[in-house]
Amino acid sequence: MIDVLIIGSGGAGLTAALAAKNAGASVTVAGKAYPTNSQTSMAQGGMNAALGNVGEDHVSSHIADTIKSAHGLCDEEMVRQMCEDAPQTIAWLERLGVPFSRLDNGKSGTQTIAQRQMGGASAKRACYAQDYTGLKILHTLYDTCLKEEIHFLDEHYLLNLITKEGTVKGATFLEIRTGEVKQINAKSVIMATGGYGALYHGFTTNAYGSTGDGVAAVLRAGGAVSDMEFIQFHPTALKHSCILVSESARGEGGYLVNEKGERFVDELKPRDEVARAIFSQMQEGQRVFLDVRHLGEEKLMELLPQEVELCKLHEHVDPATELIPIKPVAHYTMGGIDVDTALEVNGIKGCFAVGECSNAKVHGANRLGGNSLLEITALGKVAGENAYKHAVAASSKTADDTQQQKDSGEIEALLSQNGVINFYPYREKLGNLFYDKVGIVRENDQLSEALNEITMMQEIKNEMGISDKSRVNNQNLVDFLEFQNALLLAPTIISSAIARDESRGAHYKVGFEHEDEALKRHRVLQWKKEETCK
Amino acid sequence: MQIKILRSETNTHQLYTLPAGEIPLLNALSYIKETQDATLTFSAGCRASVCGTCAVRVNGKEELACAYKVKPGDIIEPLQYHPVLRDLKVDKHKAKETLSKSTAWLHSPQEASLTQSDERLSETQTDCILCDSCYSACPVYAVNPDFLGPFALTRAYRYSTDKREGDAKAIIGNIQSNGVWDCTLCGECTMACPKGIDPKMDITMLRGLSMQEGYEDPSFATQSFGTPDFGGGGFGFDPNAGF
Repeated sequence: MIDVLIIGSGGAGLTAALAAKNAGASVTVAGKAYPTNSQTSMAQGGMNAALGNVGEDHVSSHIADTIKSAHGLCDEEMVRQMCEDAPQTIAWLERLGVPFSRLDNGKSGTQTIAQRQMGGASAKRACYAQDYTGLKILHTLYDTCLKEEIHFLDEHYLLNLITKEGTVKGATFLEIRTGEVKQINAKSVIMATGGYGALYHGFTTNAYGSTGDGVAAVLRAGGAVSDMEFIQFHPTALKHSCILVSESARGEGGYLVNEKGERFVDELKPRDEVARAIFSQMQEGQRVFLDVRHLGEEKLMELLPQEVELCKLHEHVDPATELIPIKPVAHYTMGGIDVDTALEVNGIKGCFAVGECSNAKVHGANRLGGNSLLEITALGKVAGENAYKHAVAASSKTADDTQQQKDSGEIEALLSQNGVINFYPYREKLGNLFYDKVGIVRENDQLSEALNEITMMQEIKNEMGISDKSRVNNQNLVDFLEFQNALLLAPTIISSAIARDESRGAHYKVGFEHEDEALKRHRVLQWKKEETCK
Repeated sequence: MQIKILRSETNTHQLYTLPAGEIPLLNALSYIKETQDATLTFSAGCRASVCGTCAVRVNGKEELACAYKVKPGDIIEPLQYHPVLRDLKVDKHKAKETLSKSTAWLHSPQEASLTQSDERLSETQTDCILCDSCYSACPVYAVNPDFLGPFALTRAYRYSTDKREGDAKAIIGNIQSNGVWDCTLCGECTMACPKGIDPKMDITMLRGLSMQEGYEDPSFATQSFGTPDFGGGGFGFDPNAGF
């Protein structure tokens, strides 16, 4: 029986794996794709740490900016811990060999790391590697995992957590290659499964797979989720493809302009405010553009090479000479698996959660750019260490195969079901519905309509299914399981949004445009517990 | 617009019809899966050329499906030298093992004073997304399946030149067998890379570093040229020979 099972192989999972292994744990990392395929690769702008390499900065300023942006919904102690850990986390990444962008200042170590401005930050605080920060951190973590001989199980799709008397005992997986349902027993489990931004299918910067699989599994296993209504819309995604244009484009001096060429917002405000300003321009019939022409080609290629390439490829626009058409789309989910200060899941002992899937209350109602890479690495370490501590004292009695049998039965049923309704159009419908009615600016009537439509969709879910009946390498099956998770989470988001009759951070509601002190609390949801093994 | 896709079950190219207009290949594959044939199997991720998931071959050339715009008559096939799991989906495990074998990581980290020119030294190499395009394009695999290959060697080079590496020798020692000398320097990897990385140049640089560490080209060492005689008569340059 392994000590620590880590589910998800992005930056949070890899960091947790390295930390747990370093502490002495036996570790397995199971993910639905390959480690370097994860969402972390898409993080562009940077990672915050108050190093003060470019002008004055203090950890206390980082804490203050983060708390301000969270609009009262963060745990200040967690924020303090994360921001205080930031410089040593950068130092750790520097030791692993992350190829950060540099200053020519003749100093050494982390003092040479370049830092840039991000929205809502009172200093140039984001350490970066051109506009490939997430990619380069992720790959360096992966290289280090290979060095440390971390055990990976690729193409293992999480089905369910196994719990006994409220304590985690492992998890079941669909091994995508063989179609086999497997049970992995573990003394501790770390969820590092990513966010649920892909609910906004067609209107998100996220990869297809960000369907909240881990969040849904925790709910099914009796754990709690919280603040599900807080979804960050990134102000600048390419208009036609929804591909992300990093906030660093504005941090480096880019403007937002409407079709009259007028600037209409301070571009360096936090993302929620900028996204709403763009949205209201669009409501007035204006097209909105990002203008980086004045930065010049040379600077663009040095600071934002990836953006330049993506703009040319997907929008046929050369940012050095033309305006970039943009729109705000879903980007990051602040809510998720409810955890305590040790990152242990509320409702499931021995199960921890970290990264975008979790709600560690460090982002609150609105995440600051540059704090997500920080969260996955700084708190990833905490999760790995705490999971090992739990494992040391945990029982090594394995669970029986009740859950595995149940899950095998469900997979069999999906494979043998005939005459089903194709679910793909509903996946698209769900995305449209969420962008239109559970979007940047919300209204109670629309939220109720959305909830009704979701209820209807859930009713016909049993008639939906897959037409590919292959047991092995069945992506149609995986897509459907992901869609089921999205559909399971949809009402938790909408009902939380309906209940929150106020505007706070990323949640903005017409008719309730101000913060209500009485609602300054987390909304926690939990299902009735069900034993999943004997 | 029609394209052909190699299906693994029948080992034939299947014809699919797409609506006219510009469309990235990945969107086209999704369109087919969602509306025409749910059994068509491929791998997809970020849609933005950075997760390394969706590389395939189009008309014999490696492309990221998310970045390639479909043209009428295109023939889509899986990457080469990877076991095909189903249709366009391949097994990347063996290819990934080359990273462990070449020990492409920091062996003995030390603090260093890094500058912008140090950053540029590995800036392009660290843009690698592990899409395996270069591995698929490399003809050495036709004869030597154990070759460490372009992406692993590029990564080995990137770490061996990092000023933070206190023991670059350790990396250099691990890329000799089935490594730098097995490359034919044909440049197919460089042509295939969607991120503009030049593994051929990196391998050439690694050869230089290897020789500095006392390693030699094994194919050269096994050939007998006799004892070099710089006094004349051998292959050596004789300054007194006159022309």
